[in-house]
Amino acid sequence: MAPTDRTGSDPRVTEDETAGDHLPPSQAGMSPAAAEVGAAERGEEWAREAERQHWLKSPLATLILQRMGLSVLLLFAVSLLIFVGVEALPGDFAQTYLGQSATPQAVANIREQLGLDRPATARYLEWLGGVLQGDFGNSWASGRSISEQIARRLGNTLMLAGFAALVSIPLAVGLGMVAVLYRNRIPDRLINALSLAAISLPEFFIGYLFILVFAVNWGWVTFPSTVYDGMPFGARLEAILLPGLTLVMVVLAHMMRMTRAAILNVMSSAYIETAQLKGLDAFRIIAKHAAPNAVAPIVNVVALNLAYLVVGVVVVEVVFVYPGMGQYMVDAVTVRDMPVVQACGMIFAAVYILLNMVADIIGIVSNPRLRHPR
Amino acid sequence: MRWRSIPVSAWIGMAGLALALFCAVFAPWIAPYGERQVVGDIWMPMGGEFLLGTDNLGRDLLSRLIYGAQTTIFVALAATVLSFSLGVLLSFTAAVVRGWTDQILSRFNDLMMAIPTLIFALVVLAVLPQRLWILVLVMAVLDSTRVFRLGRAVAVDIAVMDFVEAARLRGEGHAWIIFREILPNALTPLLAEFGLRFAFAVLFLSTLSFLGLGIQPPEADWGGMVKDNKDGIIFGVPAALVPGAAIAVLAICVNLVVDWLLNRTSSLKGARGDG
Repeated sequence: MAPTDRTGSDPRVTEDETAGDHLPPSQAGMSPAAAEVGAAERGEEWAREAERQHWLKSPLATLILQRMGLSVLLLFAVSLLIFVGVEALPGDFAQTYLGQSATPQAVANIREQLGLDRPATARYLEWLGGVLQGDFGNSWASGRSISEQIARRLGNTLMLAGFAALVSIPLAVGLGMVAVLYRNRIPDRLINALSLAAISLPEFFIGYLFILVFAVNWGWVTFPSTVYDGMPFGARLEAILLPGLTLVMVVLAHMMRMTRAAILNVMSSAYIETAQLKGLDAFRIIAKHAAPNAVAPIVNVVALNLAYLVVGVVVVEVVFVYPGMGQYMVDAVTVRDMPVVQACGMIFAAVYILLNMVADIIGIVSNPRLRHPR
Repeated sequence: MRWRSIPVSAWIGMAGLALALFCAVFAPWIAPYGERQVVGDIWMPMGGEFLLGTDNLGRDLLSRLIYGAQTTIFVALAATVLSFSLGVLLSFTAAVVRGWTDQILSRFNDLMMAIPTLIFALVVLAVLPQRLWILVLVMAVLDSTRVFRLGRAVAVDIAVMDFVEAARLRGEGHAWIIFREILPNALTPLLAEFGLRFAFAVLFLSTLSFLGLGIQPPEADWGGMVKDNKDGIIFGVPAALVPGAAIAVLAICVNLVVDWLLNRTSSLKGARGDG
């Protein structure tokens, strides 16, 4: 699958930055007064200074800080793309909003009312300032505050996605291990074929299949999955059971295939072959040799795949008429309510970038070559 | 290549693809009824006169499915071909020219990939007018970021080989190096990627149509048919599942063929395992 080949834990990156490491703090600029200080005290100070420098210059910290800085930069660029890029596209909001038969006067009025007559840069800065303070402005369609709506819906979406993540992660890792353990035998082939099929199924197909079987034919759960404020936790859990399971199906297959690949990657390295040739039994090889090295790529894969949830949740919410962010965004797109679309797009992109950053940082932290400066 | 060496799964995949393509090309001749022709009651059950029943307006579901194959497959194919041309051209240019061109193209690509495809498409389609060619263009541009990534990785590997160096010393231009030296050697991995991208395009188009932002009614397309018939689910009418299953089967068939292609190329390289 596409995102497997991402790098981010490349140890070579740090080489030029850490080349001048480990020199004690420069003594050249020391004042005569400092030289008076007792030798013991000075030594202690040096040690502390060296430790501070050491932490600052450790390639690990540098890499992580770099990666975080990159994410902030990326978020900024995305906001620019979502606001200005959309601005540059052809199509007049006011015209589409009112329809083809609108008089020029009405179009001009609505442009003024929405503030579209002001220059784009001013509007962008104002919008960005608001976003940084958690204010996304008002919806064009309803005129109400977007932040209020999002505050209510974001929790719903996070709960749904969190449920899916909680179920799918252990399942994916477990199945991935089973597939590797029985590699090229029947369980592996079965898991492989099923996950290939699951990847190919569109989210809405799985969703409606579940609804037809579980809600309509068997009557186990209710449809649509409405949740409201002050709903008891148990009832809420029951409501998100079906959409949650659909999401699990969507993410599980991707995650499992990549977990399998990550474990196989470790298993096909030379030291595992050595362990096999030494005559160690399979359990010892996996527990003592493979697992410590496989944990990092697996965690990385999991974090990366949680990003699929961002896209999956949009469709699943529409299928199950679930009041979350995805439903909000799709509704806004159909009526061309741009402030809402931009706000939702920004939030989804931010979550996606955050998850990718976490995946990369885990990849960096778990690389033992970067933990100690050379 | 011997025919016997092709696994059964690949044969199944190819048969499914051939059937879908046949339906797509000859839709007007094999469909029993017209695309928009109302022939009976709404949501008539399967079997009998109408093999798959009728849809939410009383149109024959089988006929719509066959016409839908035409729309879905050709739009997805057009988007994939376009995204490939764009992605391959830009990525090979980046890999051959290097320097600032490479930096700008690659960083912009990273930026595009930082936003999930569906979210990006939703934002863009909210602004643009609903036309078919705009839809194809949006799908192609968004998808070409993935092609760019793979294409650049493949091309960078090839661009440092001796025969490319020889061509450079001979004084060939960038265009020659891209199309005559690198492209022929990059075709195999790109072919497998083409299949994957096509399957993805079918799913993506269907998702957009399902959300009401793709192909507009009354034109039949599989994702839109799911949307049309989704209200029947509550009454136990499985009409929405039929086009959904068609999408799934098509995507599975493509994946089966691609899997075989990938295995073939990786076994050529003599890699140990498939990790």
